[in-house]
Amino acid sequence: MIPWDKLDFALMRALSEDATQSAGSLGRDLGLSQPATWRRIKRLQEAGVLAGRRIDLNAEALGFGVTVFLGVKLATKGLVSLEDFERAVTAIPEVQTVQHVLGLYDYRLRVVARDISDFERVLRRRIMALPGVGDVEANVLLSEERLTGPL
Amino acid sequence: MLDDLDRRILRILQSDPMVPIVEVAERCESQPATVARRLERLKTHEVLRGQHAVIDWAVLGYAVEVSLRFTLDKTNAKAFDEFLTAARGIRQVIAIQTFLGRVDVRLSVIAKDMADYQKLYRNEILNLPHISELEALMHVATLKTAEALPL
Repeated sequence: MIPWDKLDFALMRALSEDATQSAGSLGRDLGLSQPATWRRIKRLQEAGVLAGRRIDLNAEALGFGVTVFLGVKLATKGLVSLEDFERAVTAIPEVQTVQHVLGLYDYRLRVVARDISDFERVLRRRIMALPGVGDVEANVLLSEERLTGPL
Repeated sequence: MLDDLDRRILRILQSDPMVPIVEVAERCESQPATVARRLERLKTHEVLRGQHAVIDWAVLGYAVEVSLRFTLDKTNAKAFDEFLTAARGIRQVIAIQTFLGRVDVRLSVIAKDMADYQKLYRNEILNLPHISELEALMHVATLKTAEALPL
């Protein structure tokens, strides 16, 4: 594995906070030239550490007032095909993320809805209709913060 | 308020934030200046809050990701605040979410391997204040991550 140095980590941190910064301005902050900064960013991209970008949208302002995390347990393990469940669940537009987990549940879903009654519609018509779905636990998201972690 | 053009612009940028304005305009059958103006407006109204680089933790050597779900001891009025402050101080925590439901708080933590996770769990996680219940979900695979809104 490539040993990343302090400057690389500083770049990762800066870009995970704001990916629109130019190599020139990042370099100025870190005491690097523009081409040297650009080369480091390119190396991080090629190694796959910087795996793209995501835009941060204000869900509430766009009319999505409710985010719910669902823990889903499959009803009859072995009898239903995981592929069928996975194909169907990833195709639901309101389902933002799908994670296969080990523990109390088999899958963890992040679902957005306009409001609670819209969520009820998604839950009844889409989630409960998935092939093999068993026990479902719902937790309504109140707040969320992302941290830069060990960078 | 938002109209169809705003939604189309956001839909395109959601699926790929790197699409240049000229191409966004072309795909929306609009003009680059109009798209730039719309983006500016979406930013000032904080609908579009920014762009973040996505870090691939596995490439950095963090092979293990675990969701830790906590129920807190709510007899103590300061339980939430003290727990959250302490959790923010743990380097391997990459996200903190609070919920309404059976789970109060969820932490996403990453570790290099199971031994590293064990150390994190014993030395830091179990020392967090006001835990009444704790369960872990180990991530096996992520099947959908776009976190896109169904605009």
